Amino acid sequence: MQELINKQVDAGHVSSFPVKMSKEVVVGSLKLAVFRLEEDEFYTIKNECPHKKGPLVEGIVSGEHVFCPLHNWKISVKDGQAAAPDEGCVETYETEIKNDHVFITV
Amino acid sequence: MKKLVLIGNGMAGIRTLEEIIKRDPSMYEITIFGKEPYPNYNRILLSKVLQGDSSVEDIVLNDYDWYEKHGITLRKGEEAVEVDTEQQIVYGNKGEAVKYDTLLFATGSNPFMLPIDGADKEGVIAFRDIQDCETMIESSKKYKKAAVIGGGLLGLEAARGLLNLDMEVDVVHLPNFLMERQLDEPAAKMLRQELESQGMNFLMEKQTVKLRGKDRVTGLLFKDGSSIEADLVVMAIGIRPNVQLAKEAGLEVDRAIVVDDYMRTSAPNVYAVGECVQHRDTVYGLVAPLYEQGKILAEYLTGDKKSLGKGYEGTLLYTQLKVSGVDVFSAGEFVDKPDTKAIRVHDEFEGIYKKVVVRDNKVIGSVLFGDTKDSPRLLDMMKKGQDISEMNKVAILPSEDHSAGAESPVVAMDASETICGCNGVCKGDVVTAIKEKELSSVGEVTAHTNAGRSCGGCKPLVSDLLEHTLGEAFSEADKKQPMCGCTDYSHEEVLEEIRSKKLTLVKEVMNVLEWKEPEGCSGCRPAINYYIGMAHPTESDDDMNSKFINERVHANIQNDGTFSVVPRMYGGVTNPEELRKIADVADKYKVKMVKVTGGQRLDLLGVNKEDLPSIWEDLGMPSGHAYGKSVRTVKTCVGQDFCRFGTQDSIQLGIDIEKRFQGLQTPHKVKMGVSACPRNCAESGIKDIGLVGLQGAWEMYVAGNGGIDLRQGDLLCTLETDEEVMEMISAYMQYYRETARYLERTSHWLERLGLEHVKSVVVEDKEQRAALAERMDTAIAQFNEPWQQIINDGKIKQDYFEANVTS
Ligand code: SRM
Ligand SMILES: Cc1cc2nc3c(=O)[nH]c(=O)nc-3n(C[C@H](O)[C@H](O)[C@H](O)COP(=O)(O)OP(=O)(O)OC[C@H]3O[C@@H](n4cnc5c(N)ncnc54)[C@H](O)[C@@H]3O)c2cc1C
Ligand code: SF4
Ligand code: FES
Repeated sequence: MQELINKQVDAGHVSSFPVKMSKEVVVGSLKLAVFRLEEDEFYTIKNECPHKKGPLVEGIVSGEHVFCPLHNWKISVKDGQAAAPDEGCVETYETEIKNDHVFITV
Repeated sequence: MKKLVLIGNGMAGIRTLEEIIKRDPSMYEITIFGKEPYPNYNRILLSKVLQGDSSVEDIVLNDYDWYEKHGITLRKGEEAVEVDTEQQIVYGNKGEAVKYDTLLFATGSNPFMLPIDGADKEGVIAFRDIQDCETMIESSKKYKKAAVIGGGLLGLEAARGLLNLDMEVDVVHLPNFLMERQLDEPAAKMLRQELESQGMNFLMEKQTVKLRGKDRVTGLLFKDGSSIEADLVVMAIGIRPNVQLAKEAGLEVDRAIVVDDYMRTSAPNVYAVGECVQHRDTVYGLVAPLYEQGKILAEYLTGDKKSLGKGYEGTLLYTQLKVSGVDVFSAGEFVDKPDTKAIRVHDEFEGIYKKVVVRDNKVIGSVLFGDTKDSPRLLDMMKKGQDISEMNKVAILPSEDHSAGAESPVVAMDASETICGCNGVCKGDVVTAIKEKELSSVGEVTAHTNAGRSCGGCKPLVSDLLEHTLGEAFSEADKKQPMCGCTDYSHEEVLEEIRSKKLTLVKEVMNVLEWKEPEGCSGCRPAINYYIGMAHPTESDDDMNSKFINERVHANIQNDGTFSVVPRMYGGVTNPEELRKIADVADKYKVKMVKVTGGQRLDLLGVNKEDLPSIWEDLGMPSGHAYGKSVRTVKTCVGQDFCRFGTQDSIQLGIDIEKRFQGLQTPHKVKMGVSACPRNCAESGIKDIGLVGLQGAWEMYVAGNGGIDLRQGDLLCTLETDEEVMEMISAYMQYYRETARYLERTSHWLERLGLEHVKSVVVEDKEQRAALAERMDTAIAQFNEPWQQIINDGKIKQDYFEANVTS
């Protein structure tokens, strides 16, 4: 059963992800934002700001945070939490690298 | 030329050489043995290196060019292992022998490591050099728990750095309060509270007896039987003068190398300065005394030996902690004794503590926490042994004067009082430099006087002094406003540093200026990126990571995540062919709406990001920059060709202006208008730059705004020819580009600088106008039509426009 609920998808070769920025990954109807903070450090969150669903993939990435392009909320790409004074949280997805490909558990 | 050999390529040794070269550049042929594989760097700022992933270059004091320029041979990475004081030869570890006429020991100190079980394990380090910093930075990538042994100056700076590296930090301290050698208990308590709120955890009165772990350390065991986990241990419990080599060479060594008042050791022609020196029974561990020693030695070596000056008499010590958000100062005898009295200010709400200890009507020591502005004054009173019996509290602690208009304590200081303790720079030196060299920023003062070149603690004072010295010229509005929460530097200071240090990368700026938030935020990064591009137009690249989405993908993001496309229509003029193309594209890509904008062109709204490059390609039109902090539109009216009132060719001038300045990066958007008569159909009166045609002349209005803060434009000047108009726009806009803060519209900028001032620069001063216009030409030459560039560049397309779709 577990297998069916949690599946790993191949989101592409690591070289298709710019460093210190993010990239949208579409899995069926699910839209994800994958952040490559360092050469070998990847995080995935849902591409939807908890405020008004802004596309987080378009935000400025600073350290482990992304600033939403619509109204500048600051969201942690590691745990999906919005920084104070804003409140909210976006879903996170486990991400790992295997054979130079990025795998996301959805 | 005589031969001078220096052992130790550190702060004291090199400063001594600088002082010698300043006095007599051709006296010596110099060779340096330096164990570390780097040029001379600022050890004091290591804690700052820890706080970001900054490189060695950022804290280098003398780069390799400096060595070369002065003909100095640097034996980098080589250790001096033997000194023969009879033959006057130094032997290096790689086998070479160097003869000397004059030898200088500046071997510094070694960190003291607790001789406990496990101290040799992997992951146990000191905090002394670049290597240590690199180890900590590396460890922080793999491990999460750090312990710092020692709650003194070094330990706390290390702990702060490790916090910034995202580690959990326990500080283990043996006494029951922090920095017990510099602080009394109330101050230490406030310090602890502040640091705890920053995320440090303290374990007081704990004696470490063992470090656990197999190869790598995994934890600490304390004498009381308790223990903690840690996979990185930093020992910061003290230093020991590095005297092994001197001892072996037969020099007189007690706790350190013994020297007299001229820094002479017991051997002929051998001198010593720095932390490896013991002078009148004192061994120093801060740069101020070491720099004084260097100066005295340089004077001795280059001067006339028959008329010796007084020599070195020792230094009054003081300390400051370099942890952001914490101001601590301590000097002299600060502990209460039966024969002392103290002035105390203790405000637990504001987090301020001040204590001035007095004996026989003289200040003999002080501790300041939370507000250290009075420190130079207090130090000066201590040095001079000033009688304070006639002085009231406010005269001793001027910062306690809370009455309106209270002045900065620098104002009351004597010209001879020290501003920069590390480098021994007094107020008079700074004031003279500001006046004679016409300095206007802290960075410039540092470059000219050395004030602020070491620990940087005196920068606020230098800033106050600048303000006080320049008076009117340093207007209210120029007063310091930090750029954002990531830094204390103002926009102006950041720009100045970018210029003077030739910084060309956003990351570099944040490192060099020690950003509190190492990677900045959405506020400062775009600003820095703009300043770099403006200051170094031909030597920098736009940093994509530091641009707001609109400027990264050259389209305007909308509430649902789609984008808009506004192609350029120069001067608001179009033709059937262009309109047909727009119509075709709107059909082909099912654009949600086509709208006429307020800027005289068409907007295609509701476009998906991945379609942007192909839409641009199909349109074959340049970008209208409707999204950028850049030159937007030039609206025009019909003008003389058709209109019965038109006196000028407004359309042609509008098109020419737009073609020349299109896409130019500016601090905020710039909109222009050209009307052919005062009826002003192109709304020139509310544009950043608006032209109004008269018979045979153009009126140029500036700083109008039709947005949030509605403002009517001011008449800047009246011009006769189109060429004059172009030159004036160039100069005016370049002056705006160079002096406005990022995101400051021309309307706010002009109000800040004043119309008369701007007129005096761009209208009345022909030379400045020409120079500004020339710099504008350079900026314009960098322009690249962005849509075309992206269409051509597959990598940009893939990185910024396309999503990865999984199967
Ligand atoms: C498209 C347009 C409205 C229209 O349909 O006419 C427009 C649309 C936007 N304007 Fe505007 N402005 C448009 C003309 C204006 C004008 C009129 C003009 O230029 O003649 C003004 C007042 C004149 C002025 O700026 O002095 C104007 C004053 C603003 C302001 C306030 C600026 C200010 O300094 O006070 C903003 C906010 C900002 O820039 O920070 C703004 C911001 C915006 C943004 C970009 C909001 C945003 O950041 O996302 C809008 C994008 C909407 C979208 O979803 O694409 N827009 N905006 C106009 C595009 C003109 C063009 O062809 O480039
Ligand atoms: C993290 C930190 C923060 C500090 N903060 C402050 C502060 O805020 N204010 C302040 O005033 N001071 C501060 N200090 C102290 C200050 O840095 C030192 O006092 C100063 O660097 C000492 O200068 P020095 O030339 O005597 O020794 P060093 O700068 O240590 O130079 C000695 C050099 O000699 C080399 N060497 C030694 N033996 C040999 C040999 N046999 N052959 C070749 N090379 C050799 C060493 O490798 C070293 O590079 C701080 C120190 C540290 C570590
Ligand atoms: S006035 Fe401008 S910014 Fe405001 S809603 Fe309309 S288009 Fe958007
Ligand atoms: S939608 Fe993200 S901040 Fe508003």
